[in-house]
Amino acid sequence: MMSNRMFNILVPIISVILGLIAGAFLMIGFGYNPIEGYGALLNGIFGDAYVFGETLRQVTPLILTGLAVAFAFRTGLFNIGAEGQVFIGWLAAVWVGLAIDAPAFIHIPLAVIAAAVAGALWGFIPGLLKATRGVHEVIVTIMMNYIALYSTNAVIRYVLTDSRDSTDTIPDSVSLRADWITTMTTGSRLHYGILIALFAALVMWVVINRTTMGYEMRSVGFNQHASRYAGMNVKKNIILAMVISGAFAGLAGAMEGLGTFGYMSTQSGFSNLGFDGIAVALLGANTAPGVILAAFLFGGLKIGALSMPLQAGVPNELVDIIIALIIFFVAASYMIRWVILRFSKEGRK
Amino acid sequence: MDYVIEMLNIRKEFPGVVANDDITIQLKKGEIHALLGENGAGKSTLMNVLFGLYQPEQGEIRVKGEKANINGPNDANRLGIGMVHQHFMLVDTFSVTQNIILGSEPTSKGHINLRKAEKEIQELSDRYGLAVDPRAKIRDISVGMQQRVEILKTLYRGADVLILDEPTAVLTPQEIDELGDILKSLIAEGKSIILITHKLKEIMNMCDRCTVIRRGKGIGTVNVPDTTVDELASLMVGREVSFTTEKKPAEPKETVLEVKNLVVQDSRKVDMVKGLDLDIRAGEIVGIAGVDGNGQSELIEAITGLTKAQSGSIKLTGKDITNLSPRKVTESGIGHIPQDRHKFGLVLDFSVGENIALQTYYQNPNSKYGMLNFKNIYKKAGELVEQYDVRTSGLHATAGSMSGGNQQKAIIAREVDRSPNLLIAAQPTRGLDVGAIEFIHQKLIEERDKGKAVLLVSFELDEILDVSDRIVVMFDGKIVASRKPEETDENELGLLMAGSSSEKVGDTQ
Repeated sequence: MMSNRMFNILVPIISVILGLIAGAFLMIGFGYNPIEGYGALLNGIFGDAYVFGETLRQVTPLILTGLAVAFAFRTGLFNIGAEGQVFIGWLAAVWVGLAIDAPAFIHIPLAVIAAAVAGALWGFIPGLLKATRGVHEVIVTIMMNYIALYSTNAVIRYVLTDSRDSTDTIPDSVSLRADWITTMTTGSRLHYGILIALFAALVMWVVINRTTMGYEMRSVGFNQHASRYAGMNVKKNIILAMVISGAFAGLAGAMEGLGTFGYMSTQSGFSNLGFDGIAVALLGANTAPGVILAAFLFGGLKIGALSMPLQAGVPNELVDIIIALIIFFVAASYMIRWVILRFSKEGRK
Repeated sequence: MDYVIEMLNIRKEFPGVVANDDITIQLKKGEIHALLGENGAGKSTLMNVLFGLYQPEQGEIRVKGEKANINGPNDANRLGIGMVHQHFMLVDTFSVTQNIILGSEPTSKGHINLRKAEKEIQELSDRYGLAVDPRAKIRDISVGMQQRVEILKTLYRGADVLILDEPTAVLTPQEIDELGDILKSLIAEGKSIILITHKLKEIMNMCDRCTVIRRGKGIGTVNVPDTTVDELASLMVGREVSFTTEKKPAEPKETVLEVKNLVVQDSRKVDMVKGLDLDIRAGEIVGIAGVDGNGQSELIEAITGLTKAQSGSIKLTGKDITNLSPRKVTESGIGHIPQDRHKFGLVLDFSVGENIALQTYYQNPNSKYGMLNFKNIYKKAGELVEQYDVRTSGLHATAGSMSGGNQQKAIIAREVDRSPNLLIAAQPTRGLDVGAIEFIHQKLIEERDKGKAVLLVSFELDEILDVSDRIVVMFDGKIVASRKPEETDENELGLLMAGSSSEKVGDTQ
């Protein structure tokens, strides 16, 4: 019998490979050369300092939303609301960035923490409803996404500005960008946030695997009856798990607000950071290291895709299809597990 | 010789384990044949092979002397083999008839002909003396009656061979006797029966022959009249087993648990415990006998803080613990071996080590400054696993991967190790084999001898009679009688459990 751990590593890798193969067939079918296409893709990820910087920049918020979803998963919850938590965190970070005048070593932490707290609050509400009223978190978080989208728009337009579509740009004292990084990556928008994201992954790993709190949250996620029997406060743990999950997503908003953009503009639709976070978490088997790798894959595909039309003439949409195929194969991992089992059994005979 | 079913030299492997190794079972026409083995011995695998759910690597199946190729339950049904599962496969809100015809409904022009089916089922029921009302709703009839519906289901589908999986686990002693009569009438009508069980007494009472399997191997087939309970037990376990638990007379001391006028409701807000009084003293084992659903679960949940009591009081060594949180109750000195070990006793996805720490994970030295000390948790778990002979594939393996008996031993290790003043054991041996049962009974008695109070709740009268120092009978939310085990017997307890007042039975005090 193959061990569970081997499975968890093997299944995403095979999923990705199958997705790439399927993508290659698609390219051939549409008359493109897959080797050129994937060559351009790789070039678009690693080709020079600029694209690599942009890739890492794209990876940063994906790690954080991936952690948000993965954390909730590990505690038995399904946080579809990372999307809205990102918006709320983004708004909070920019708001604090604009409203306060302070030296960087106070200003940055304050804005980052504000984003985390705002995201946490957005997670607290569905957590509270789930714990006390038994309302399913999926429904509440989906609804909270729309509330977040439209209320951030309203705040930008009527509170932070006078009917404009975008806030002012945040002052340098709160920006995560650094001149030396921009110069080194020849003008990419890469910022210090990647360090925050990696640190957050470490935090998630420690909280889930090493702390008493994490033990309780996992226990409640697996079996509420046994948890109550063991004297745990089930309600408190559900709320806490959603709060922590929301805080990770809120941080992703801070990355956009304080790093990538430096402002927040009104949005006509979702950013997809939160929804991609679901796929990242799934592909990363809901572990912190897995999320980092999966976020890198997603971010890489997204940025690398930009080079495919230019260098190989392959349309952008095809990359979206490849991502969709990868997610499909991950979601259908049962199928892949079955095939692996089948083969290992045949081999034994 | 006239065999209806023969499974010859069956071998079934799974990656890494041989579940069935050279097992032969031959069912004669018109006999009740027991299939005996411990949990995990391979009984279910063998029956799944018979039903075509697994294909054996070696061996063959013959039906009425002809080699049969069975590729699924439908093939088995066609060959006249029917199964009555331990956990009934019935739709609660459907009538008996609707349940029986489910999947093979008699239709005319797209409509189900319920009338016709009802008539047929009534006839079948009368013929075998099952006394089932075809129009009753499943949720309104007793567990014993539900089992008969399952039997009818196989008969309705034309089964000649019935396989009953642990049929007596859920029945009262009287219902078990009735089941015995039903099986006899089935035999009289030319049916043949395989009875899967690990209850030796029932084999002696009901069966003609018995095939024993042990750790996947076929040990052999014996004629029941030529054997004894002791022989069967040692065949099954592979060593001598003692049935009557050795114990010194109890020396009860001060009162540990004092329950007064307790009222508890279930989740539907119906009173299940109705003004109950109960005292348990240090150094004695009190056994609660009763049919499932008479308030035992609610009583235990109220004592352990899992359910709030409506009124009344619960005192532990003089301190009021009524409606404290489960953690406060646990810390005040109660150990609880829950009735449903999968639902309450274990987090099946957690490792064995994490499960053993389930009641102490937050205490120093398992936890310091909010961080878990896994080194300590696994060290302690390793010691307990050793001491309580819990067999696992490792402390990091999930609790769900252990067999039922070992899961239960892990729970007992966890609860007993804290050395609680009161140990509550609810159905501690349900579904376990004689070896594990013997071990668990010894542990309960050890705790008693250490001067702890033990509350045992069980639906097995043998267990109650064997282990308890004092037996109380619970019926309809109250204690209706109290007996010394040596002054009562199964018959009297069975009647008390069914609600006959003690005057009618004749008080033995």
